[in-house]
Amino acid sequence: MAVLTMAKALNDGLRKAMEADPRVLVMGEDVGKLGGVFRITDGLQKDFGEERVLDTPLSESGIIGTAVGLAIRGFRPVCEIQFDGFVFPGYDQIVSQLAKVHFRSQGKVPMPVVVRIPFGGGIGAVEHHSESPESLFAHVAGLKVVACSNSNDAYWMIQQAISTDDPVIFFEPKRRYWEKAEVDVESTPSPLLRSRVLREGTDVTVATYGPSVRTCLDAAVAAETDGTSLEVVDLRTLSPLDLDPVFESVRRTGRLVVVSEAPPESSVTSEIAARVQQECFHSLEAPVLRVTGFDTPYPPSKCEDDYLPDLDRVLDAVDRSKAW
Amino acid sequence: MSVSDPQAWNPADPRSRPNREQVLAGLRGTDAGGPELVQLLTPEGERVPDARFDGYAADIDAETLKSLYRDMVLVRRADREGNALQRQGQLGIWVPLLGQEAAQIGAGRALLPTDMVFPSYREHGVAWCRGIDPTDLLGIFRGTDHGSWDPLEKRFHLYTIVIGNQCLNATGYAMGQRFEGRVGNGTDATADAPDEATMCFFGDGATSQGDVHEGFVWAAAYDAPVVFYCQNNQWAISVPLERQTRVPLYERARGYGFPGVRVDGNDVIACLAVARWALEECRSGNGRDELELWKLKDPIERVRVNLVREHGVDQSFFDGVAAEADELAARLREFCLAMPDPAPDRMFTEVYAEASPQVEAQREEFLAYHASFATDGEA
Ligand SMILES: Cc1ncc(C[n+]2csc(CCOP(=O)(O)OP(=O)(O)O)c2C)c(N)n1
Ligand SMILES: [Mg+2]
Repeated sequence: MAVLTMAKALNDGLRKAMEADPRVLVMGEDVGKLGGVFRITDGLQKDFGEERVLDTPLSESGIIGTAVGLAIRGFRPVCEIQFDGFVFPGYDQIVSQLAKVHFRSQGKVPMPVVVRIPFGGGIGAVEHHSESPESLFAHVAGLKVVACSNSNDAYWMIQQAISTDDPVIFFEPKRRYWEKAEVDVESTPSPLLRSRVLREGTDVTVATYGPSVRTCLDAAVAAETDGTSLEVVDLRTLSPLDLDPVFESVRRTGRLVVVSEAPPESSVTSEIAARVQQECFHSLEAPVLRVTGFDTPYPPSKCEDDYLPDLDRVLDAVDRSKAW
Repeated sequence: MSVSDPQAWNPADPRSRPNREQVLAGLRGTDAGGPELVQLLTPEGERVPDARFDGYAADIDAETLKSLYRDMVLVRRADREGNALQRQGQLGIWVPLLGQEAAQIGAGRALLPTDMVFPSYREHGVAWCRGIDPTDLLGIFRGTDHGSWDPLEKRFHLYTIVIGNQCLNATGYAMGQRFEGRVGNGTDATADAPDEATMCFFGDGATSQGDVHEGFVWAAAYDAPVVFYCQNNQWAISVPLERQTRVPLYERARGYGFPGVRVDGNDVIACLAVARWALEECRSGNGRDELELWKLKDPIERVRVNLVREHGVDQSFFDGVAAEADELAARLREFCLAMPDPAPDRMFTEVYAEASPQVEAQREEFLAYHASFATDGEA
């Protein structure tokens, strides 16, 4: 067991994937000499060379579009988008090509491309550096969308994503990059596209992912002192969703709170609410409640503490669910 | 001594002689920009003739040059204060303009009030020339707003952080200027409806973005009166220019069908003169130019040397500007420390021009939630 920051765990995971398969490339703005603005690719260019770790021209459409071409040629590119808000120049290539080439070629051309996106707020940044655009990708058929929440998952999920033959949009909770946790580099990890119960409980189910997982685990500790037992599910995969553990949990608790930083309208959280009411209608003691960002542009950072779900808002929703 | 007569510089006059540091600073500030590089003021502070652009610098007398110097010193001082405020945690980030003062003041002073500007995120010097006080920039970097000036009133659009986006926006605005007949009226133009142009700022890294290329294509297709003003500081974060281009950037313009000029970005007179030329081309209906501002490093010292040597400006002027700069920095700091946080429900305001019931409902819920803490506290 090693205790690693999520940043270091991702770095180690990338390194292992590059060692395991010479066709794995890393490409993006500043990922080489600098090692990425968050240093996730630190040292990789030094060890694997400039043809496997590419400091690309400044163009996200170029990064994704050439990754598609490299994948057609048999490479396995791992693209870094510098910040969530800068993926959109590349969105056309993601939606029109990356997501569809396998289908259009009737399965003849796989697209083993990973697009890593540091996402979410809470770092006091300027515009376009704090967004949660995951639902815009979950909505697109042909893409797999995952989000890690801790060092161990970061280490394993990045390797699993790279070995997946489909395109994976890989969301990394940037404000958690420097949080440390144990990484078990020996034992077999859970499959990539599985959610996981991180804390068992009996009163209310809380389903969440990415940066909000830590918030919800903290909320569970706080709730316990009030005598409320929360079950916390880390969704890990946002498309496809793996909701069986959530259904199973909600059938026991009868209550569900879904937590995410993203705006609520037409989102991963609304999808979960819809499916849970379909599958667990007779078990529900309260409507599915959501704690999310708002249907507004991400605000100036001095407002972000009010925008982001925090422990109090999670507990407030738990109370409302219980009082229903 | 007049600028139009650079030979009047007398090397025997001690006032004309730069000290060693000044010479070195000037030399560091320039190197091979190529024979095409437009330069009207050498790194040693010597005003040199330029057949093509002298006409656009003919009015730059000692007073004008002093005011250019003052602008550059003030924006640099404000910039350094922004940097210090960032280091002290008062700003989340600060994007420095250091070294780009001549490029920005030259362009900013070439613009007429009726022209329009689309900046990237670094054009504090151009903002200054548009009458935007440096205090108005602080909110962006402190996280209280996304820009507090009125872009339409100042004719200076909001900062654009997504690299390259603004090049298409600027082109569209310029298309509008043309569609409204605001170009090519020459002497028929009236004070109410003068000819106009648009200037669009971006960096060398940005030239790899699709939006920038598309902006070039559209500007050419519609003869849009837009000047593409590329400040080539050689780097996009850690990535050097060679990764973005294999030809000098100004040469790209020809491929799109408009002129490109490489200007010494450390030479405020050249920047001003060439920007005036390009804007005039646009206003007169000749449409779109690309300017590349080459190597942005140390633009202020050569102006100072020139003022001393060729215009006999004495130390009291420079001391006065320095004192004014310190006052500006103090005002900026004081303002920053006193900035109020935005109202908590700021994020729900002005999302739409016509209010959205959904956002309004979320605002009500948000306010009720916050009010519940207040009552809890009193109870
Ligand atoms: C679309 C997009 N991708 C990435 C970034 C992150 N980023 C901010 S500044 C920068 C480098 C820009 O270089 P350049 O265009 O040369 O402008 P400079 O900062 O040197 O003025 C990058 C990659 C961004 N702001 N927008
Ligand atoms: Mg640059």
